[in-house]
Amino acid sequence: MGRPIVVVTGIGIVTSLGEGKEENWGNLTSGMSGVRKISRFPTEGLRTQIAGTVSWSGEGRFFAPEHSLTLARKSASEAIEQAAIGARGSFPGPLFIAVSPAETNWDQRLEIYSATAAGDSTGYERLMKNVEAGDYSKFYSFYQFGSIAEHLADEFGTRGQPISLTTACASGATSVQLGVEAIRRGDTDAALCSGTDGEICEEMVVRFNLLSALSTHNEDPQGASKPFSKARDGFVMAEGSASLVLESYDAAKARGAKILGVVRGTGERADTFHRTRSKPDGSAIIDTMNRSLADAGMSPEEIDYINAHGTSTPENDKMEYLALSAVLGSALDGTPISSNKSMIGHTLSAAGTIEAAISLMTIDAGVIPPTINCIEQDPNILMDVVPNIKRDQTVNAVMSNSFGFGGQNVSLIFSGEPA
Amino acid sequence: MSAELKEVWVTGIGLVSSLGEGLETHWDQLASGHTPVASVDTEELAPYPVHPIVDFDITTQIPKRSDQRQMGQWQHLGTYAAGLALDDAGIAHNEELLAETNMIVAAGGGERDLEVDATIMAAVSQSDNPGVELNNLLNGELRPTLFLAQLSNLMAGNISIVHGVTDSSRTFMGEEMAGVSAVETAVTQIQHDQGNIFLVGGAYIAERVDMAMLMEFGHTLWQGEPGSVWSREDSDGGMIMGSAGAFLILESREHAEARGIKPYARINKVVSDRCNRQAGGARKVADSLLEKLSDQIQPGPLAVLTGCCGVQPQLSEEHGFLDDLSEQGFSPSIRAVTTVLGNTMEAQFPVNVALASLAISKGSFFDPFDNTGAETALSGKPERVLISNWGHWRGESLALVDTPDVPLKEH
Repeated sequence: MGRPIVVVTGIGIVTSLGEGKEENWGNLTSGMSGVRKISRFPTEGLRTQIAGTVSWSGEGRFFAPEHSLTLARKSASEAIEQAAIGARGSFPGPLFIAVSPAETNWDQRLEIYSATAAGDSTGYERLMKNVEAGDYSKFYSFYQFGSIAEHLADEFGTRGQPISLTTACASGATSVQLGVEAIRRGDTDAALCSGTDGEICEEMVVRFNLLSALSTHNEDPQGASKPFSKARDGFVMAEGSASLVLESYDAAKARGAKILGVVRGTGERADTFHRTRSKPDGSAIIDTMNRSLADAGMSPEEIDYINAHGTSTPENDKMEYLALSAVLGSALDGTPISSNKSMIGHTLSAAGTIEAAISLMTIDAGVIPPTINCIEQDPNILMDVVPNIKRDQTVNAVMSNSFGFGGQNVSLIFSGEPA
Repeated sequence: MSAELKEVWVTGIGLVSSLGEGLETHWDQLASGHTPVASVDTEELAPYPVHPIVDFDITTQIPKRSDQRQMGQWQHLGTYAAGLALDDAGIAHNEELLAETNMIVAAGGGERDLEVDATIMAAVSQSDNPGVELNNLLNGELRPTLFLAQLSNLMAGNISIVHGVTDSSRTFMGEEMAGVSAVETAVTQIQHDQGNIFLVGGAYIAERVDMAMLMEFGHTLWQGEPGSVWSREDSDGGMIMGSAGAFLILESREHAEARGIKPYARINKVVSDRCNRQAGGARKVADSLLEKLSDQIQPGPLAVLTGCCGVQPQLSEEHGFLDDLSEQGFSPSIRAVTTVLGNTMEAQFPVNVALASLAISKGSFFDPFDNTGAETALSGKPERVLISNWGHWRGESLALVDTPDVPLKEH
């Protein structure tokens, strides 16, 4: 094949389980949960009161986009440091970053509302008058949809116009796809692919509750995310970020970089069925997985482990099993599958990147992180979900799945360094 | 990687703006032999003028009530314009083609229920227990359908559901530059054989006060009399926002020829970069971008479309850059699209590509959009159109739309 091989030379991660690869890996393999009672805002009256938040360490009131930026900065720094690429503040490639669709949050909206320049006007008229009369330059630089990417580009000196993207819960995987495609085109030898999401707030909880998408097991936060379990009742929102430094194999070799893994293939197929549900026959996600295998030039038998999307919603886990059964056929019996979300929670825009990072760490360690909270597995999901306890097993190739509202489906395949 | 680059054609356009719907409407208004008249609403968001979207009949592109109900106006507009583009390129309802059509949408925010926001702000600001009051009101007032509208990627999701576009689906964010990156990415993907057909575009509803607020955080909105963007150079500058939905079908030449579709124009190249906007920085970026196009442009008359938004000092910096094209042997005929349509944000670059393609396919350029003297008539036929598109906050770009050596789409 004439196209460049894409490898990973740097990984950074921050989640509800901790900061950095070491802490995360230790907690992932010991089956810890990062889910806790929400303390950032009052939860009285909310159906869901738990989440895998990462503590806000910024100044003043919680400011979601700045928190997302902080998380992305941490993961990007760790990844770039490991890759030892470029010079400080000068990363030799573009930035592709999955971010949450920014909205002015209630804390900030109410702060503007409480200003007095607008006299006794109300509603948005009041907001606009107060904004016109005040200094909201910080909001200006953080509430643009491209804000986080721009701040990171300033800081890390990535090349060209950064791309901020969203494909809902598949966003993180999309950022990896875009990096892979850019390197395969020969546009660049390196790319920084990140996902970040640190925006848990009242309104998000309520909105996902309205879709009945969230677990309401508030009394047992650590047991709430239970993918593939009979008792699963929704996902648990979480925060985090991961970054990958992607490079062409030749460029990485030429500079003597340590290769952490290979992005063997990516696959995608948009679904047309429904805004929050897959086609009942699973054809779009089946096609997504098949296309990733075709892109990788691999057969289903060559996949040693599946890093599941595994959200813990009744619908997702059922559909993911259906699709895997179709794609892997009899090979599914001998293929372990686990969900990192059982421990981290669902980091939404960042999940695809975080799970890509963990997939690579799984290959490196030869240890599969478990699906925790699997007390009674769904009897209709007949897969080896690596229940509750990690497993020592050589893993050379991983498929990592990401599915998002809006019919977004992405599968990525990683393997160890080619011999 | 020196493999022969594939040629990228514009084979379909869906355009709706404050001036109307469709290419012919825009041509009639912008090339009628006199200075075009913009459609401006000075009351809706007073003191900020806006260019409001024209009425469009969603039932023609979004026939199902159940689909219509899942979207607000922004998604209606995007899904509608995408449908026009698919129709125009002969892709609509062709399942085989739709299954290989990739999509890149440039999206901003979803749609908030402003009345609910107002109710909540009023109550919570008076409450002794604001946190709990907020929770209770959110629980009681929000509706799940609007939640879906508020995920930015749901415009793409709705396009998949309503029109059946099912290959890759990506949504880029980042204001004007999201539109640039969307087209730039699609163009390079086609050039490098990473896909043969792309549906690319975006939409923006300027009348939405929540979106206006994001701009006014930086005090970037123009107040007072609407007028040419160049006329704002003598002041502190400012933007007038405009509504538009613009989608393009970009297709490899081989693919278009194989199915017998003629192009409006060819996209030669899109280049972009950024800086932190310290004084003179954007100009420097633009100069370096121009170098990347220089081997594709011959000296002489040059049609230029700019999305110059009106915010200072970028306004004067970009004007200086465009005027100085003459020092390099070009005679630029500049048209500030923002004078007639406003800043259409994520849709702006796709709008500019649509208008550039229109001019190429008509073999004629637009009349000057104002009478400030900044815009002069073009002598002769535009063989190529240079697009300059800078973000109001960040990002600079240039693009070259030119004439392929085949018969063009007829109007």
